[in-house]
Amino acid sequence: MSDNTNETEVSGVDIDLIDVVKRYPGQKRAAVEGLSLHIPAGEIVMFVGPSGCGKTTSLKMINRLIAPTSGTIRIGGEEIGKQDDDDLRRRIGYVIQGGSLFPHMTVTQNIALVPGLLGWDKRRTAERVDELLELVGLDPARYRGRYPRELSGGQQQRVGVARGLAADPPVILMDEPFGAVDPITRQRLQDELLSIQEELRKTIVCVTHDFDEAVKLGDRILILTEGANIAQYDVPEAILANPADRFVADFVGAGAALKQLTLSRVSEIDLGRPTVAQIGDSAADVLRAAQSAGDDSVVILDAKRRPVDWMWTRDLLDLDRVPAPHDDTDLVTIDRRATLNDALDTMLVSSHGSAVVTGRRDEYLGVVDFQAVLTRIQDTHDEHHGVPDPEAVA
Amino acid sequence: MTTVDRGPDTSRENVADAKAAAAGLASSRKRRPGWRLLLGQPLFVAVVVIAWAIWRSQADLDSIEKRQLDWTLLGRLTLEHLKLTVVATVIVLAIAVPLGIALTRPRLRRAAPLVVAFANAGQAAPVIGLIVLLAIWLGFGFWTAILALCLYAILPVLRNTIVGLQGVDPTLVEAGRGMGMSNRSVLGRIELPLAVPVIMAGIRTALVLVVGTATLATFIDAGGLGGLITTGIRLLRYPVLISGAILVAALALLIDWAGRVLEEVTRPRGLE
Repeated sequence: MSDNTNETEVSGVDIDLIDVVKRYPGQKRAAVEGLSLHIPAGEIVMFVGPSGCGKTTSLKMINRLIAPTSGTIRIGGEEIGKQDDDDLRRRIGYVIQGGSLFPHMTVTQNIALVPGLLGWDKRRTAERVDELLELVGLDPARYRGRYPRELSGGQQQRVGVARGLAADPPVILMDEPFGAVDPITRQRLQDELLSIQEELRKTIVCVTHDFDEAVKLGDRILILTEGANIAQYDVPEAILANPADRFVADFVGAGAALKQLTLSRVSEIDLGRPTVAQIGDSAADVLRAAQSAGDDSVVILDAKRRPVDWMWTRDLLDLDRVPAPHDDTDLVTIDRRATLNDALDTMLVSSHGSAVVTGRRDEYLGVVDFQAVLTRIQDTHDEHHGVPDPEAVA
Repeated sequence: MTTVDRGPDTSRENVADAKAAAAGLASSRKRRPGWRLLLGQPLFVAVVVIAWAIWRSQADLDSIEKRQLDWTLLGRLTLEHLKLTVVATVIVLAIAVPLGIALTRPRLRRAAPLVVAFANAGQAAPVIGLIVLLAIWLGFGFWTAILALCLYAILPVLRNTIVGLQGVDPTLVEAGRGMGMSNRSVLGRIELPLAVPVIMAGIRTALVLVVGTATLATFIDAGGLGGLITTGIRLLRYPVLISGAILVAALALLIDWAGRVLEEVTRPRGLE
């Protein structure tokens, strides 16, 4: 999370809000009552809070869709109030719920809009559009000429993200970006955003009402109360383990420990390595190997080392060779990037009480079981309850 | 093998999406029969006009009727009628569309109900009264008739321009602004294209109103096919009266058809 920043180059910049106030005429209480906040470059910061707490207003002040009544906002050290609004916005990506694609423009025209405003030439723009479509997992040849209504909700949202990234802005603002899609698509889009961010390391500010989404996506979470007052601003692990007050605790809701599960990835766990065999191996050899390792089951791999079956050793006793799996074997595997939550889900339906983990191109990596997950939860809990995190104060 | 893959593999969703998209494309192809309907109207008009022309060339007419239904005179009256219609509509467009745009901008938004009420009065007033009163004030002739027609037809275009622009999803406007488009370019590239279908419907309504109302222009000596109808009534010559009525109706149907074609052609691609 916030402590592994040096994998790729950070392309984002810092954002600072200094005592920002937004007061609407005719309203007694200010919508935003003096918000001060430092958003570090290259991180995803999630704004959450009850509706009407000023989180969206705060977001829109960063690209001046809403002009602050007073206070200063700096992006990359430069004060935005002193710049031309349109110029400023062309250098900030903006992604909105449902994608908000322009229905009378093709996918290409939608994505090419900001590059067009910035005066890019045609070839550079066309190359950029294809590059972005590939980045968000859409085949350019198939999708670039389509109109938004010819796309599913998830695809529209992907194009929306591509449009936000079009001119390669250092800062991206997202307003409930995945609110309008079904839960399965949402989860997929969230995972994709994380992998895109792993590569690009932009500064992303994202408003959501879904605390679980905040925990999953956020390097830091900003929890706001009415008037955009900060209830807590910290890394998700710290908020879950040490809610600052009653309000945050209520907001985090029941099952904070369970929510930790969405914070950790299977790849962070030591995987078990049971006996493996390839299709066609001698059954006797495999049984001997399993016996000496103390395993009562064997993971069967195909020629490309992809897991295809998970057999009990007793089923191998009467056989000469390791058989190819029946068509109806439904071996459920999980990706190493899956969250522990997903892993538990898979284990519960597996007859082995654990799950086979795969890596790149479905290659076999190992097996994860309940004990490993429990150990991991225990470790995280101790980490944040034992010594207060020095970063939590910053 | 079932894989619970939470990574960026999108193949499964793409299959479902492809189906949805294919269905979407199919439904866009289904719009084509609309074109067939569009062909029906001019065919019907052609049949009626040809039938009338055959009757005209064979009927036994007295000298007055012959003079009234002279081919060159009929051609001139039709042209006059078309001219009244087109000029009035163009002027209406030139006034109502920019006015409608102005009345949806933040600064003038509050004036919109007032202006619409005024335009409403223009349409509610009986045209025959309007046309005669204006003639007494401004004199007889073509431009007075045009003024009356414009007052009468401005409402649908003005109202549809306002409604069409107001109907544009405000999040799209904000998206455009948030991406760094100027107000002017949001208007030109997002709001107007999206409002075009509604505006065009208003323009077609105006065309149909004008082509029908232009029959009254003859009362103030501004020409048009209305002359045949009034002559027919005054001289009790039914062939003339009925010919006038048929020609006006045929022209109105043709203009309506032209409006529909215009609507189809100007509708931005990508809109249902």
